[in-house]
Amino acid sequence: MNAPNKSGWKPEMGPASDGEAPATASGDYALALEEPLIFELRGKGKCGVDFDYDPGEPSPEIAKFVRKKDVELPALAEPETVRHYTRLSRQNYAIDLGPFPLGSCTMKHNPRLNEAVARLPGFADIHPLQPMDTVQGAFAVIEQLADWLMKLTNMSAVAMSPKAGAHGELCGILAMRAALEARGDAREVVLVPESAHGTNPATAAFAGYKVENIPATKDGRVDLAKLKERLGPDVAGVMITNPNTCGLFERDMKAISDAVHAAGGLVYCDGANFNAIVGKVRPGDLGIDAMHINLHKTFSTPHGGGGPGSGPVVLSAALAPFAPIPFLRRDDKGRLRMVEERSAKTHAPESFGRMAAFHGQMGMFTRALAYILSHGADGLRQVAEDAVLNANYVLRSLEDVLDAPYADAGPCMHEALFSDDNLPDGMTTLDIAKGLIDEGFHPMTVYFPLVVHGAMLIEPTETESKIGLDRFIGSMRSLAERAKAGDETLKSAPRYAPRRRMDEARAARKPVLTWKAAPGQPGEPSLSEIGGS
Amino acid sequence: MTIYYTEEHEWISVEGTTGTVGITDHAQEQLGDITFVELPDAGSTVKKGDSVSVVDSVKAASDVYTPVSGEVTEVNPKLEDEPELVNSSAETDGWLFKIALSDASELESFMDEAAYKEFVESL
Repeated sequence: MNAPNKSGWKPEMGPASDGEAPATASGDYALALEEPLIFELRGKGKCGVDFDYDPGEPSPEIAKFVRKKDVELPALAEPETVRHYTRLSRQNYAIDLGPFPLGSCTMKHNPRLNEAVARLPGFADIHPLQPMDTVQGAFAVIEQLADWLMKLTNMSAVAMSPKAGAHGELCGILAMRAALEARGDAREVVLVPESAHGTNPATAAFAGYKVENIPATKDGRVDLAKLKERLGPDVAGVMITNPNTCGLFERDMKAISDAVHAAGGLVYCDGANFNAIVGKVRPGDLGIDAMHINLHKTFSTPHGGGGPGSGPVVLSAALAPFAPIPFLRRDDKGRLRMVEERSAKTHAPESFGRMAAFHGQMGMFTRALAYILSHGADGLRQVAEDAVLNANYVLRSLEDVLDAPYADAGPCMHEALFSDDNLPDGMTTLDIAKGLIDEGFHPMTVYFPLVVHGAMLIEPTETESKIGLDRFIGSMRSLAERAKAGDETLKSAPRYAPRRRMDEARAARKPVLTWKAAPGQPGEPSLSEIGGS
Repeated sequence: MTIYYTEEHEWISVEGTTGTVGITDHAQEQLGDITFVELPDAGSTVKKGDSVSVVDSVKAASDVYTPVSGEVTEVNPKLEDEPELVNSSAETDGWLFKIALSDASELESFMDEAAYKEFVESL
């Protein structure tokens, strides 16, 4: 048996960088590793590649341009480069390390099965300009995924090419505009309730509409009476996020759609939070005309630096003829064909045009379809149920220590929302978020949505187990209690992170975006080094 | 000189037909540390209620609506380098823009200092 650790140190005590233990000479503390900038690591004459010929002096001239200064690129050996990025990655937090409770972002586990499927050579090694007959399998994946998305939403068509949520919103609004213009009824106002995602008004404005705000009711939902009051012949439509960004289901959705349709408008639904209702509610049944689905949220494809987004848009029968190209159709011999500009004249004469160069994010389609098929219809329903159950577990476990402004509005959906109303003067949402870093968690979404003061928005997703949720809740309770007791040490959190609390205001007001070595210091470049001679 | 306050947390101090517009101390406190102020163009003509300026803080980007119609005559040149002036002196040195009022009757619906104070307390 190993001898007991005489120091009594345990991992939860954090690095012992002060107090009894001396500072290390290296600046590293066991697995807590410091790392300089890559430019500070460079040395003269280093190179990661062994050329089998003399590359010679690089010419300082490109066409009529002459380089007058050194190219300040870092020069490192391969192991130094690999270690640099690996050491940096250890200072980072990731969904593979622990919960990522960012509300409205839906950071869920990316199943490894999805990755294996996406890496199959038949999907990974193809090119969008290959002859169509050689990529029928990939086309079949897009067709199957499109079919699932239409069935899950009860909608008539789906545009697969939008690259992410906001791109999908634009696609939906452009389809709405095309439909209105086709009936000779150009309208100029889009109504957006307070509980919508911030991208919604931006999208409507970008598409050339005037945006008007619809207030929320006291229980955090769209004020139906106020909405009805504003409807009229100048209103092109509404953009509603459902479930909304307070984590609530818009119960009046069908009545909202009916009222908008009766006034000649169309209904866009921001489906970013579809993960809370997938398999339970079909948006088509609620009278929605267009909705984007974030594959990188609901269908577990990588999110937030891990991979590109993908935001297919489902469309109602009224909008289906205006869907963008390219899209897939089967010809009379059953072969899948991509409808592009030339064939659009025959097969999509009313299409509003093209959203992207190609058909969309193939790598995300394979992952999303793998997720759907591995869960099945019953599994997808359970995804929504577990995500909602987890969020309600967080809401009810913390409502006695943190103010939960909509706790009385019924169960929440995928995310739990708290405000800073219970915190004493001087203690803020930011202090709780920074404290969460010390507790080993990624902070929740803070100060959004704006309708709640000092918002803390927590979305656990179905990924988290009860044990994991209890650990997170324990940390949140402890932080809330410390804040209420006026514990000043919370103001200096994070204490155990690679960097202490940043001066956010200074970072935004006077950002230092470049680094330069002092003369004679490591990192100072010289022309001879670049030539490799 | 009279100072008026709006429900959108702006103040306008009027001297003759020229108004100076800023956000209130309460507004800057809610926004937190201000990092950037986007100002209207001097010489532009604006309509009451138009979004004419954006105040960025560490928490959010917020539109500022002009409380009155008229022509923007001057913007605060100091804010480009010192947006923090809006935090430290929102109702004096941290003013945003000056405007030549085209319709003084627009001022009638605004609050005075006491009424605004009461309004903030009711929030």
